[in-house]
Amino acid sequence: MIDRAQVQKVAFLARLELDEQEEERFTRQLQSILGYIEELQTLDTKGVAPTTRAIEVNNIARTDDLQPFENREGILDNAPARMEDFFRVPRIME
Amino acid sequence: MTSTAPAKVKYEAVIGLEVHVQLSTKTKLFCHCSTQFGNTPNTNICPICTGQPGTLPVLNQQALDYSVQTALAINCQIHPQGISKFDRKQYFYPDLPKNYQVSQYDLPLGEHGFLEIQVEGQPPKKIGITRLHMEEDAGKLVHAGADRLSGSAYSMVDYNRAGTPLCEIVSEPDITNAAEAAAYAEELRRIVRYMGVCDGNMQEGSMRFDLNISLRPVGQQKFGTKVEIKNLNSFNSLQRAVEYEIIRQGDCLDNGERIFQETRLWDEAGQKTRSMRSKEEANDYRYFPEPDLVPIQLSDGQIETYRKMLPELPNEKRHRYESEFGLSAYDVRVLCEEKAVAEYFEEVIALGAPPKMAANWVNGAIAAHLNETHAAIGELKVKPSVLAELIGLINQGMISNRIANELLPDLFHDGGSPRALVEARGLTQISDQGQLEAVVGAVLAENADSVVAYQNGRTKLLGFFVGQVMKKTAGRADPQAVNQLLLNKLTQ
Repeated sequence: MIDRAQVQKVAFLARLELDEQEEERFTRQLQSILGYIEELQTLDTKGVAPTTRAIEVNNIARTDDLQPFENREGILDNAPARMEDFFRVPRIME
Repeated sequence: MTSTAPAKVKYEAVIGLEVHVQLSTKTKLFCHCSTQFGNTPNTNICPICTGQPGTLPVLNQQALDYSVQTALAINCQIHPQGISKFDRKQYFYPDLPKNYQVSQYDLPLGEHGFLEIQVEGQPPKKIGITRLHMEEDAGKLVHAGADRLSGSAYSMVDYNRAGTPLCEIVSEPDITNAAEAAAYAEELRRIVRYMGVCDGNMQEGSMRFDLNISLRPVGQQKFGTKVEIKNLNSFNSLQRAVEYEIIRQGDCLDNGERIFQETRLWDEAGQKTRSMRSKEEANDYRYFPEPDLVPIQLSDGQIETYRKMLPELPNEKRHRYESEFGLSAYDVRVLCEEKAVAEYFEEVIALGAPPKMAANWVNGAIAAHLNETHAAIGELKVKPSVLAELIGLINQGMISNRIANELLPDLFHDGGSPRALVEARGLTQISDQGQLEAVVGAVLAENADSVVAYQNGRTKLLGFFVGQVMKKTAGRADPQAVNQLLLNKLTQ
């Protein structure tokens, strides 16, 4: 069963900042969800093919034709910060 | 000295390569943006490849076709588990606009392949291929203000490359030294270039290598601790990095130090690997199936159709040239380095030139000219038909090798018919016995001292006499006939 430390780890990986109350609440909620899954897992599914997807469709593809997007300025302007042709982000250490 | 140094433990390296191959599609893997290299930053972008909410990716058919062909060319089984799908690999880095990379995790497109490599002087060796999967490339980070000491306050991101289709090809740890690593990478490059699925341009990053390497005492079964080296984008740096790590890890083990499982960067300027600061959190990518893309499931018939589209691959060509034409391993290797050169050679022999002669001309004078002018073989005015005609003139005894070589600069410059050129310039070989005898007689008369010296045992002077005859005939004398005549006269 999921504990608070795991919730903290998952929150860190998802870059979510949780306060103590939220950590406590999400731990409880996640326990309830995962508990339900555990209950489902007690069912005997021998001989049942695993479900890998919701719809039975394969091989959807498009042709390799160029269609440049017309509004790159809109995308750049949408960013929190830009510098000329670039998106600007806090300095990244290598 | 009575003490002896402790016997040095002998180590063997266990090496695996991950190669990223950029596919030569016009557009990105999941959107209609251009993959053109070197455009103004952030011009090849759209809502899909910049990860705007609500957008939906659709797979590029050409990228799929190229990936399947590449997988088949390296002898992979296509989705042996019956289906292939895309997954999201989650991590946060500014070059990744969606905060996940669409890749393939547990059901890659191809598995269980192999590649045959040949290191000079060694028998051919099979290197296993674990898997081939498709994924999208990330963007590029540019660090503003190159002054690294004072540091810049910002980094800049260019998403032109984000979403570019890649195949990642993962080898088994079957490679044991730097030469094999380079041979493997080079053969892979030849294959993708033969198929036209990747331009193999190393400067532009069309192929990139990650290296996994560990050492173990010879005879030990268990693998040592493995180190990953990133940032290798040439065959040379790949080889140097292997050599450097074998020494570094060997020294560590000799000194009883522990090898850390870590990622190291190849430092091209310092010609060494250096540790990247170890990440506090182990990578936890939380892969899950990409819900916006449907799986790939190809029928046996479709896979066969792809297989039939494969060109003759470098290894097949090399084997065929050796067995069919009896060419040397060297000739074969040089001819098959590039598909265009191999095809040129094949056209020349299809026009009747003997394979060995054609190989000598293509690997000799033609290759030298291409090197000098940096031209592509397809641009030459000396078309295969021109070279075949030239070789034909030699074989018919109409011109000597030397005259043929002398004609080449003009043929490279103007093209045209070698036969017409020979006739126009009166360069036809002189084979007429009477005519040759006169010249030989004159040469011997003019060099009476040398004739005496020759008859006293300095038989090397034969070459000198031949040279003199050639000079008098402007190179048009039939060398074999001249040789025979000279020998006859000198030993009389």
